Amino acid sequence: MYHKEKSIQIKNSASALYNNLSVLRIAPRRLTHFTVVHANMVNMVSASWDGLNYTHRQLQSKEPNVATSTSLIMQMYESDGSIMVYWHALDTPETPTAQAVFARGIAAVYENYICVGVSSGAILVFDVPSKGSNITLSEVLEEHKESITDMASECSGSQECIANLVTADDGGNLCVWKSGEEFQLLNKIPGFDMSCSSVKLWKGTAVAGYGTGQIRLYEAVTGILHAEINAHARWIYSVDIAPFSGLLLSAAEDSLVRVWHMTITPETNSVEVAHLHNECVTDTQICGARFCDGDGYAFAVTGYDLSEIIRYIQS
Amino acid sequence: MSSRTLPLLFINLGGEMLYILDQRLRAQNIPADKAKKVMNDIITTMFNKKFLEELFKPQELYSKKALRTVFDRLAHASIMRLNQASMDKLYDLMTMAFKYQVLLCPRPKDILLVSFNHMDAIKDFVKDTPSILSQVDETYRQLIEMYTPLSSGEFQLIRQTLLIFFQDMHIRVSIFLKDKVQNSNGRFVLPTSGPVPHGTQVPGLIRMFSCTGEEFTRLKFNNGGNYTTALREGSFDIFGDRVTKLGTNMYSVSRPVETHMSGTSKNSAQHTKVSAAPNPLAKEELNLLARLMGGLEVQKPGNADTGFRISLFATDEEEEEALISRPDELSCGVINIQATKDQQANAELAKIMGEFTESGDQSPSVSNKGDDLLAMMDGL
Repeated sequence: MYHKEKSIQIKNSASALYNNLSVLRIAPRRLTHFTVVHANMVNMVSASWDGLNYTHRQLQSKEPNVATSTSLIMQMYESDGSIMVYWHALDTPETPTAQAVFARGIAAVYENYICVGVSSGAILVFDVPSKGSNITLSEVLEEHKESITDMASECSGSQECIANLVTADDGGNLCVWKSGEEFQLLNKIPGFDMSCSSVKLWKGTAVAGYGTGQIRLYEAVTGILHAEINAHARWIYSVDIAPFSGLLLSAAEDSLVRVWHMTITPETNSVEVAHLHNECVTDTQICGARFCDGDGYAFAVTGYDLSEIIRYIQS
Repeated sequence: MSSRTLPLLFINLGGEMLYILDQRLRAQNIPADKAKKVMNDIITTMFNKKFLEELFKPQELYSKKALRTVFDRLAHASIMRLNQASMDKLYDLMTMAFKYQVLLCPRPKDILLVSFNHMDAIKDFVKDTPSILSQVDETYRQLIEMYTPLSSGEFQLIRQTLLIFFQDMHIRVSIFLKDKVQNSNGRFVLPTSGPVPHGTQVPGLIRMFSCTGEEFTRLKFNNGGNYTTALREGSFDIFGDRVTKLGTNMYSVSRPVETHMSGTSKNSAQHTKVSAAPNPLAKEELNLLARLMGGLEVQKPGNADTGFRISLFATDEEEEEALISRPDELSCGVINIQATKDQQANAELAKIMGEFTESGDQSPSVSNKGDDLLAMMDGL
């Protein structure tokens, strides 16, 4: 179904962090940006679609200022990484707690919000104006009690979905939200004390990957469990959805990437999943996997200690 | 990242160090009483009460340089001496072994079982010495108190923090190559077969449910591997069967320890670039370091009868050759702490912090160093 394409080299190897690959397709410029995290540095590669040009950029977090008692947790750049437009720091607790303050999980949410998860369980909601760089912190959502792991906004493009954000934490709990000036909590789906490391939202269905290697599909607003897959033999690090075709991608520490197909009909409340394809990245603990386009025609994969982005294309 | 990582890093690396030293002491036919003294001295220093107190505080991981210096000090906590080349090789073996164990752990929580395997072996080394035994038991209790309440997600964070520390290290270890757990390019073999971790199901099943919660269909799929159901869970108590073999002693007299340096320079150079940023916690690291040194019982090897040298190589020529041919980027600059008679202890400390980027000198000779160091401690 898929075959391996030419890999893209990156300047540093990928670190073992959840969802450690982002892909942004810029159709008007016929190029795709790939970003991978190495410790405290972001490696960006911009690949032209003809495969001839690769531009590299590295973004490093600002040096921590030990004099002040704040922890830098977020920096925002132009999409090509050229200019930093905003940064945000949180107060560090007086006595160091057993968990350092860090950010994890990020999503762009309708209409003009960017949400960022924090190790305390808080979610920062930033209001990003369509013009100018006057980004402000709009709200702090404090529903999760454990560290945020991942979050995702509704990716079907449909305005009819009531819920447009799902957030996940280390206890496997999922919170479902409706965005706005004040975000509204629509539902809480409890975890079974097993971390949910990656989550996506499509046609009102939350697709969650867990540390036990299971994937679960929930109806977000009601919490009804539609499907449970014993998908991987190790901790899942990444799930992704191709919204136009309903393809689902999952990747784990077990070296395997799997492609599935979901059929979701919200009107009849029916959800079906079928397994389509496996790819084994030998001797690699995968940490990021993303479709490169909305149809799922191609996908890319990163692995711990690997200095390349491996690509697969439909045969 | 996690602030609870350092104790596990230290104890597991220390455990590996003891396995290797024990093997070398036997291989070099060091008399049993001297060998035992070396092991006891090192273990006593490792589990020094004040040091452990400091170690168990929530904090960021040390830089590679600082941690290497701690282990240099630890290896010299007795009458045994190691040349630079042997110390380098010892450290490479320790770190690659623990990297392997961390990577291969089926569940992040199993890192604790690996730590208990090391602790069990250490306990066995000192089973005839009640005073040290009680220190070891106390450490078990601290480990259990700190780590057993942690969630799986928090363990994964610890594991991820460790993996960042070990990133880009691909030193080839002869025993690993022979056992086919490491490839010739230095990367570890990750099998897609064997038992799944405790708490995980064998992959291959899709279950679908109706709105009322009834399962209406099951589908099977090919998982692309050869998995079996999980083994029983290992014990997280002071005593018990840990089940996993990771963290147990893989060396014996018949399996010599060698390392290969090739094929690592490119990646290592990249990594050194990232970690060259000044570490604002340098002073904290030195404080801990100083406390470790302060707790040392200084041996004076002026007496030829007691002091001796351990080598990790078969011959002296090999050792010299290894030192010359070691790629630059792999040599962590060892912090060379020169004790001086200078009364300005603070100035000395500042000077040391400035020396963080200097390349390693030969191991400082041990003279009346202990007294001067203690004087320096007073000034902190």
